[in-house]
Amino acid sequence: MRKHFNFAAVVSVVALVCCGALILGQKVNAAGEGKITGTVKLDGAAPHMKGIDMSKDPYCSKAHESSPAHLESVVAGANGGLENVVLYIADWSGPAQASTAVPVFDQKNCMYTPHVLAMDVGQTFKVTTSDQTTHNIHPLPNPMTGNIPWNQSQPPGAAPVEKSWKAPEVIPVKCNIHPWMNGWYVVVKGPYATTDGNGNYTIENVPPGNYTVTAWQETYGTQTAKVTVAAGAPAKADFTFKAK
Amino acid sequence: MRTKSRMVALLGAAALILSTASWAQLTQVDLQTRMGVESHIGNIAGHAKDGAADYRRYCVGCHGTLGDGNGENAPYMQPPIFQQPRDFQLGVFKCRSTPTGTLPTDQDLYDAITRGFDRSNMPQWSTFTKQQRADLVAWVKHFSPRWTNEKPGTPIQIPPEPEVTPERIKAGREVFARVQCWKCHGVQGMANGPSAATLADDLGRPIQPFNFTDGTRPKCGDTDQDIYRIFMTGLDGTPMPSFADNIKPDEAWDLVFYLRTFMSQKSKEKEMAKTLNLKPVDPNAPAGQQ
Repeated sequence: MRKHFNFAAVVSVVALVCCGALILGQKVNAAGEGKITGTVKLDGAAPHMKGIDMSKDPYCSKAHESSPAHLESVVAGANGGLENVVLYIADWSGPAQASTAVPVFDQKNCMYTPHVLAMDVGQTFKVTTSDQTTHNIHPLPNPMTGNIPWNQSQPPGAAPVEKSWKAPEVIPVKCNIHPWMNGWYVVVKGPYATTDGNGNYTIENVPPGNYTVTAWQETYGTQTAKVTVAAGAPAKADFTFKAK
Repeated sequence: MRTKSRMVALLGAAALILSTASWAQLTQVDLQTRMGVESHIGNIAGHAKDGAADYRRYCVGCHGTLGDGNGENAPYMQPPIFQQPRDFQLGVFKCRSTPTGTLPTDQDLYDAITRGFDRSNMPQWSTFTKQQRADLVAWVKHFSPRWTNEKPGTPIQIPPEPEVTPERIKAGREVFARVQCWKCHGVQGMANGPSAATLADDLGRPIQPFNFTDGTRPKCGDTDQDIYRIFMTGLDGTPMPSFADNIKPDEAWDLVFYLRTFMSQKSKEKEMAKTLNLKPVDPNAPAGQQ
């Protein structure tokens, strides 16, 4: 009995030490990498986002009975923070990010969730559908960049479509069946982030160095800022887009 | 004063000659690498340089010297009734045996040239010799850098065509309802579905879905195999998506048989549909309850 107890104690101590080492190891890694954080704001009143008439497809209009759908070309929070702004490092020369994360682009209530999906060159992403109506998922890259357009159907209950892109490009996505549906794939090289509802973002895993951060917004275009990232100390870059 | 202006004119002329010379050199280098493009149709090899003369004589009026679809006749083709000539530089083609997002095979391009496109200004070129058509395929390929950077996709497998039965036609009607072909093509295949009016091609030009009932032929061929291929691979550059992931091969044949019942041409399927007394699908019926 006692022997058994000892054995259990030894096993649990070993397990604990292993876990601790793993966690510590990660922390050590994270300390070596810096990050870039900041806020993207809109200066001025947000433009009016038109409502969307979905009466063409009763399934879609029914899904928005209580909360009408609006265009999403400028989405600003209460404090003026801009949502769906993609931040990336334009002069990234480091290795390709071997991110194993698979971002998901969902078709829900006849809208794209998220409206803007950022990803790395070569990163696999997944297109899913939560709707009980047929969509066709149709990205429109410029074939001259090396990204090739494709067009796949997703009837109700369809399996996810997994794809990736070869070159950095801002790619519009549309559904021909529901002409109001439009979204963006922002394909960049290296680390990236997308702003949340308050306009906040954090680009993780940036090695120390000097960088040019670019902010992309679908209506207002791009802005850049120079930052210096030091180990352990996050660099800050805020952006303000003038409302038009 | 006079000598000065003459000098300026001379300098300008020299600059112009130099710049055109270097431009010509650039394009020539580019051409030289692409002129070597070949096509293979069965045991016939086509060569781009041999297709140039026929292209200049027969194709350039619509497709343009640069192959970008901006020939002098192009402005007279008004969508959605007539689609504009293909832009060969993009390397995106409607009629493929290969999956969506991939290059077509040489045979696909050869078949398109031979067949022509119904309801368009592209005639059949079946009067050309096989060698001429193979050379033209190579010449068409030389316009897009995609052919030097990528390989054509792997053609989809089409299983042997089964016997048409009333059950298969009914099953095809279920597929038509499930994947919602009627959203664009309409419940009777008359190109009047709820989404038909707003369709646009990849370049934003209005485009119409295929009307099965008006007696015309599908652009990418009218055999049963062609129809199977059209909805499984999709027509790249247009709103027609690929259904390869969502229709099983056996179901695909059922759908081909059901689509035949819409078409005005005489067919076994049409005769069977008469006795079956099929109603158009109901867009509002719950899933699986047609």
